[in-house]
Amino acid sequence: MLKTFPKGGVHPPENKLTAGCSIEVLPPPETVIVPVTQHLGSPAAVAVNKGDKVLTGQLIARATGYISANIHSPASGTVSKIDTATDISGYKQTCIFIDVSGDEWMSDIDRSPDVISDIKLTPEEIIQKCLDCGIVGLGGATFPTHVKLKIPAGKKCNLLIINGVECEPWLTSDHRLMLEKGEEIITGIRIMMKALGVTKAIIGIENNKPDAISHLVRLLDGSGDIKVQGLKVKYPQGGEKQLIKALTGREVPSGGLPIDVGVVVQNAGTAFAVYEAVQKNKPLFERVVTVTGKSLAKPGNFLVRIGTPVARLIEAAGGVPGDTGKVISGGPMMGKALANLQTPVVKGTSGIIVFPAEESSRPQTGPCIRCSKCISACPMGLEPYLLMNLAEKGFFDKMKAEKVTDCIECGSCSYICPAHRPLLDYIRLGKTTLLKMMREKSIK
Amino acid sequence: MSSLLTVSQSPHIYTPDDTKKLMRGVIIALIPAFIASVYYFGWGALIITATSVLSCIIFEYVIQKYLIRGPVTITDNSAIVTGLLLAFNLPSNLPVPLVILGALVAIGIGKMSFGGLGNNPFNPALVGRVFLLISFPVQMTTWPVPSGFKTGYADAITGATPLGILKEGIRNGEKVSQLMNQIPDHMQMFYGHMGGSMGEVAALALLIGFIYMLARKIITWHIPVAVTGSVALFTGILWLINPEKNADPLFHLLTGGVLLGAIFMATDYVTSPMVPKAMIIYGIGIGVITVIIRVYGAYPEGVSFAILIMNAFVPLMNAWIKPKRFGEEVRNG
Repeated sequence: MLKTFPKGGVHPPENKLTAGCSIEVLPPPETVIVPVTQHLGSPAAVAVNKGDKVLTGQLIARATGYISANIHSPASGTVSKIDTATDISGYKQTCIFIDVSGDEWMSDIDRSPDVISDIKLTPEEIIQKCLDCGIVGLGGATFPTHVKLKIPAGKKCNLLIINGVECEPWLTSDHRLMLEKGEEIITGIRIMMKALGVTKAIIGIENNKPDAISHLVRLLDGSGDIKVQGLKVKYPQGGEKQLIKALTGREVPSGGLPIDVGVVVQNAGTAFAVYEAVQKNKPLFERVVTVTGKSLAKPGNFLVRIGTPVARLIEAAGGVPGDTGKVISGGPMMGKALANLQTPVVKGTSGIIVFPAEESSRPQTGPCIRCSKCISACPMGLEPYLLMNLAEKGFFDKMKAEKVTDCIECGSCSYICPAHRPLLDYIRLGKTTLLKMMREKSIK
Repeated sequence: MSSLLTVSQSPHIYTPDDTKKLMRGVIIALIPAFIASVYYFGWGALIITATSVLSCIIFEYVIQKYLIRGPVTITDNSAIVTGLLLAFNLPSNLPVPLVILGALVAIGIGKMSFGGLGNNPFNPALVGRVFLLISFPVQMTTWPVPSGFKTGYADAITGATPLGILKEGIRNGEKVSQLMNQIPDHMQMFYGHMGGSMGEVAALALLIGFIYMLARKIITWHIPVAVTGSVALFTGILWLINPEKNADPLFHLLTGGVLLGAIFMATDYVTSPMVPKAMIIYGIGIGVITVIIRVYGAYPEGVSFAILIMNAFVPLMNAWIKPKRFGEEVRNG
């Protein structure tokens, strides 16, 4: 039986054009641009100098602080400069520029295609390996995986949930990965189960990927530790809290984390990265990116080195279409519009979507007709229209009681609004202003 | 490709269902009731509907263009909805000047004086209707009997509505069972063969519109079910207590404006609550007040008043009644 989360959600057109496109390997570009912040937490510290020769997979920036991640060279070559460049957020940040020559990998990386399913490392060693290899959550939030695999004192974990939902329209990178690297993902899941000390895992996959569901079920062949659960298609099912609710009925308390209900959630792509790190000693320097759009000649899924400029990906998909008006990194519901096609791919880049000009600008806004569709769509049980009104009028302190900090910024409210009001924009304004006020202790 | 890319915050896609299309959906849902009103009331239905809709559009245009001097938004279809609903709440032989006056009050006072679409606390069509009812009680309660195109607009034969017959009869001490002989049977009432406001008579047509709006997700079931459910429950209790002094629940559901009100007037987005829990309370309020007016009040019919009274509580309900937040009361086994 299919499950789903009970409250809210929307059904945007799926547009999964690339679901049938096998993963294509894209060779490294002439220059890679590697930002030192590709994860949630503090930036990594640059560990190379201009002129240094580096190999593919060599550590080039070291994690600083507890929540941070190592960064490895995605290609072999020479560090040409350490400078700032625009990243996906649109801000300038420190990047390591490497002139690529050849593709010589670190000798300790196992490049053989054999699947190694025997897990030799201890839980501590697994967590250390994830830290060493710079593994972060590949669903988009890029939270360092080694932190998530360590259960905080006083908390208990009894279930690992694998997020194979891919609820964002257009994106198919996790779908393809589950189809083509199923065995590796399953081993990756068992590695994480060992690290967490849990005996049960559930893979949640939406029903629009029946081939991935049946493929994984077949590979698991009745082994009882990992279960595949089909889910009704509904956005934002890939949201951690929604997925936990859908699969287990457990509800993460307001302000809490999944571990508060005994669950750790990891993305299917992350499971693959963990497999490669632990079994193959391979750091995270490449990932699968869906490159898609109605006007693209050859949309597809590409295995891309981190630091590859987005322009290169679009070239591989048939070149920038003449009618292009907007390029989005990520999904259309939560992704970021890029200002510059030289922006490099980072660990969190799940897709590049090219929108034609006529779909690029926002529709005209009208008055709120109080249709309450935003309330029905909100998966967190909030009142987006009210939050927008409060933010618009500057009543940021009042937004606290209305639970604005629970907003997961899924965009369902802005999507569904028949007057196309900029609900989420104002909610973001309110949320950041409120959090700033709370930090400064100007309100309790 | 243009040299510059558009940059905006997520989400980057939007529902195709905009305000205009939702309003168009309501208009489509009203078509069966319109066809029924033309079938039963002939020329009168055509003349009144055309006058009302046109007047509403023109008044909105004139007020926005020359009085407010702001953007003109008559293309959002909301004035058409108001015009249709006002027409449906009028007897089919109402003089044209009164229809125009009703439209002026509905759009001018009911809607635009509060700031236009989205800002009006009371249902504009009902503001217009109740203004006419109080100011011109005779014209507003002279009901043509259904005779299609057999009679003209001005020379329609009039008669009492079932609710009028009931009210008058009970006041004169007659028994419900005797009064029912003067009233069409329930099946005929279901099809709409009775006197009344031109858009409210045909229950069947209104229900078709209801199903359409549910399927198109224009409205949810909460308000219509709460209104009709509470009318049925309340009148059912009274009927069980004394069936000779009170009509049966089905009679109350099929007569007057209960269905038109529950399906089309009480569900008006702007003037109804936004949280399902509040929608239910609001619907029950409308149902209970309607029955109180019908059974104990001076008017035979009370749906319009009931909706307007409950409209006044909507801002309070929106402020007080909150949806259940995710993770608020956590019960994890």
